[in-house]
Amino acid sequence: MSAMTEAAGDAFVITKRNLIKIKRVPDLLVFTTLSPIMFVLLFAYVFGSAINVPGVGYKEFLIAGIFVQTVVFGSTFTGYSLAEDLQKGIIDRFRSLPMAPSAVLYGRTLSDVVNNVISLAVMALTGLLVGWRIHTSFAGAVLGFVLILLFAYAISWVMALVGLLVRTPEIVNNAAFIVIFPLTFIANTFVPTNNFPEPLKTFANWNPVSAVTQAAREQFGNTSPLLPVPDVWALQHAVAYSLIWVILLLVVFIPLSIRQYGKAASR
Amino acid sequence: MTNAIEAEGLIKKYGDVVALDGLDLEVAEGTVMGLLGPNGAGKTTTVRILTTLLVPDAGRATVVGHDVVSDARALRRVIGLSGQNAAVDEHLTGFENLDMVGRLYHLGRTRSRERAHELLERFDLVEAGGRPAKGYSGGMRRRLDLAAALVAEPPVLFLDEPTTGLDPRGRLGMWDVIADLVRGGTTLLLTTQYLEEADRLADKIAVIDHGTVIAQGTADELKAQVGGERIEFTLTDAGQIGAACAALASLGSGAARTDASARRVTLPVDGGAAVLVAAIRELDAAGIAVQDVGLRRPTLDDVFLSLTGHAAEIEAEQADDEPDTGQQDSSQQDSSQQKEVASR
Repeated sequence: MSAMTEAAGDAFVITKRNLIKIKRVPDLLVFTTLSPIMFVLLFAYVFGSAINVPGVGYKEFLIAGIFVQTVVFGSTFTGYSLAEDLQKGIIDRFRSLPMAPSAVLYGRTLSDVVNNVISLAVMALTGLLVGWRIHTSFAGAVLGFVLILLFAYAISWVMALVGLLVRTPEIVNNAAFIVIFPLTFIANTFVPTNNFPEPLKTFANWNPVSAVTQAAREQFGNTSPLLPVPDVWALQHAVAYSLIWVILLLVVFIPLSIRQYGKAASR
Repeated sequence: MTNAIEAEGLIKKYGDVVALDGLDLEVAEGTVMGLLGPNGAGKTTTVRILTTLLVPDAGRATVVGHDVVSDARALRRVIGLSGQNAAVDEHLTGFENLDMVGRLYHLGRTRSRERAHELLERFDLVEAGGRPAKGYSGGMRRRLDLAAALVAEPPVLFLDEPTTGLDPRGRLGMWDVIADLVRGGTTLLLTTQYLEEADRLADKIAVIDHGTVIAQGTADELKAQVGGERIEFTLTDAGQIGAACAALASLGSGAARTDASARRVTLPVDGGAAVLVAAIRELDAAGIAVQDVGLRRPTLDDVFLSLTGHAAEIEAEQADDEPDTGQQDSSQQDSSQQKEVASR
């Protein structure tokens, strides 16, 4: 067996192991399905009652933002799970086996894509129920979802590194919260950025979360003719800018995480 | 005989803390080596280096000829590790755990499943095999963890404190399993804090403390380093100590030692129970009342405490000339004895 096939086989074994856990721990499934429903309903009706986005209903505007925010938060699960495996000594077992060193991380990040797919599906259904619609083609919709998942996958690798660096899973959640909350709020996710004060506005316009959200809105046909796209390159070329970030994050964090995995010691 | 495990001058530091301070170790093929030492002595660090989980700061080590650093991947094919905190995935069933490990050793789908069934049977987990490991008792988890280490039938096995945290029954069960296993010719490195465990399972014992091996040998050799048999008398009247010594003089293999405050006379002897009987007769004939008497053989506890317990306390406490009289006094033993043992 070549090294590549062997590594892929190992990653598949780990992915399967992680997916069994989703099946066995119902709490996790509740987290991945109920909280997205809650977010869609909360934002749609609480914020939606006060926020007016010209030319398009708030629910139309909101959904792509909620999608992006939820999957970015969802990717912290990658770091949480790795920190937990490290704490419980399972990583020690894996590291003492003649398996590909990258397999645990590829397996982890891939099974977390499944988590995010479940979240997205649930949110999309809830969105459709509260009045969100896709106005473009099937291909456009697929592209929108794929872009969101790719971005979440890249963030997963950032979280993987965090998970391997800290000592307890809880720290991953706390650390991620401090970074991800501002990252997903200082953006065009929930409100248009036009009225943001400088320098928040500049940050929001170059924030990759904004670009991914903008790209998804474009692909779903949820943009408003009365709400011009801010005149910055990042948002004018939202798809390209999003992909640049995805590639950048993967190129930097995949090797860093794999290196840290090789050094990771429990306790 | 060739060595399955060789380590030379291993050094590992965590910041200012020296975990291993030039540790040397050789384990002959097909034998059981017990690494005995208190918490923090460096046992686990040694195992982690030998199983490629940690890279040493200095020194070299090989397992079946594979270097732990430069040849780590090949080394992992020939070892099995069962760690301190039973590293089984609690959400997977017993079967799924073993099957997964088999796949990761690249045994192939069919062989992995076969092997998982074999091991569940061998470790008395057939009934539990279909349930998530979350519901297993501590002993069952340990057995599953050990089974996972055996999936690829590795020639060298590392067990890091395999019975820590088990109740006495679980511990006895685990001992049987391990004893059974090494009969098949597996080389085993076992770490433990329990002397009884090392005594029972290991062919050779290395006592480690502060990151180095301070004594090494078979259980009997180590006991011999502490000293032979002795009889301990506790007299009713401390005033008779002198008379007792005189009466016993011809029976001992060395001079009797006395402790007036404890009304105690300790006599080193050769010949065990027969000498004990003769000694009691002599004392009786001399009219010396004895409150308590006992024949004592050195235990590994004596060895352990004389080597490690003492070493830990000597800095704080002024060692006096109290000779070795077993457990109660071991905290005050003569430092020269410790040095002598350490220099071997």
